[in-house]
Amino acid sequence: MYTQALNTQDQAPSAASDPLADARFQARVDAEERIEPNDAMPEAYRRTLTRQIAQHAHSEIVGMLPEGNWITRAPSLKRKAALLAKVQDEGGHGAYLYAAAETLGTSREQMEEQLLSGAAKYSSIFNYPTLTWADIGIIGWLVDGAAIMNQIPLCRCSYGPYARAMVRVCKEESFHQRQGYEIMIALARGTPAQKQMAQEALDRWWWPVLMMFGPPDKDSQHTESAMRWKIKRFTNDELRQKFVDATVPQGHFLGLTFPDPALTFDAATQHWNYGEIDWAEFKRVVAGDGPCNRQRMKQMRAKHADNAWVREAATAFARKRRQRAEAMPIAAE
Amino acid sequence: MSDQNWPLWEVFIRTRNGLSHRHVGSVHAVDATMALHAARDTYTRRGEGLSVWVVPSASITASDPADKDMMFEPTASKIYRHPTFYEIPDEVGHM
Ligand SMILES: [Fe+2]
Ligand SMILES: [Fe+2]
Repeated sequence: MYTQALNTQDQAPSAASDPLADARFQARVDAEERIEPNDAMPEAYRRTLTRQIAQHAHSEIVGMLPEGNWITRAPSLKRKAALLAKVQDEGGHGAYLYAAAETLGTSREQMEEQLLSGAAKYSSIFNYPTLTWADIGIIGWLVDGAAIMNQIPLCRCSYGPYARAMVRVCKEESFHQRQGYEIMIALARGTPAQKQMAQEALDRWWWPVLMMFGPPDKDSQHTESAMRWKIKRFTNDELRQKFVDATVPQGHFLGLTFPDPALTFDAATQHWNYGEIDWAEFKRVVAGDGPCNRQRMKQMRAKHADNAWVREAATAFARKRRQRAEAMPIAAE
Repeated sequence: MSDQNWPLWEVFIRTRNGLSHRHVGSVHAVDATMALHAARDTYTRRGEGLSVWVVPSASITASDPADKDMMFEPTASKIYRHPTFYEIPDEVGHM
């Protein structure tokens, strides 16, 4: 997920922890109190959250690239306006999240540097290419759909600034998913070639989307502390199942077939069973060897370098304005 | 130079429903004008507000969470500050 960070081991040496303070902190979390920026908190909680929120922010920003790829080629003015607004929202989500992470004591510039150096990760899903217009429909429907599954419980996360940022994000996500699904409807009801394009996009994206929720519960040993701290409210597999159950009927409504022969409805449990996920592929993509990892990093670094003059000009202009204001005689006297 | 940390500004928005300005988040900007523009783009893309304030984060003086008891506990014992402390006979009706 955008929060796949939770599944990676924290390497930093654990600061000497104070059992009494930790117990007091846990009692607050258990009582569903929100933890605020200046409150006492265990170092491990601060580190885990900083990494997770930063990774979430990076995912929003990098996620602008695969969709941005189609803005100039959107098939109509309506679709173009919607896609432009959606991509702008994702930039906004990144901004809310960097602001939330900064309250934990890491500056936005530091986080950006970690992204550009490759030290920080972003969601594996954005290392897949958007080959056709149907991929834009799929991203809204499935990628944003999966993000919503993950983000709704985060609105109740124990850390106040993160929870509040998520409330804001969730309000905006619904438009993202609906515009994507509407694109899919148009293609599914279109010409045979359009319908085929929709099917091929689903075939390409379905498995990578399921991987967004992170490794299966039996392999993700860090879920426990994240659940205890009430950062996470559901396990990876629970969220994945919720997503599959919600999504499969939507796909069938479109008349599309999921690329999983094992996908069957279990009448007893009322859940959709799905086949084995290729975790070797997931590990490869997270490790940097997905179809677009190198391209994404190149684009991010180029953007940062190309925009340097804007940051310099803004700083110089502010300085000039300040100097002018100081030099001006005070008119009111 | 271009990478030096820009000051942080806290953003407050007054919505159309007549409530007071409310904290919504923060932005980085070189000065107040840029902070206003960034706040508009970041926090009001769907008509969320009719008025925006930006305040340099460094200008805010906040109470220390460690002083919470000293700051707020004394009010807990002053129950006579609440209307329910006073007994009015039922016959008097709603007051
Ligand atoms: Fe987003
Ligand atoms: Fe989105």
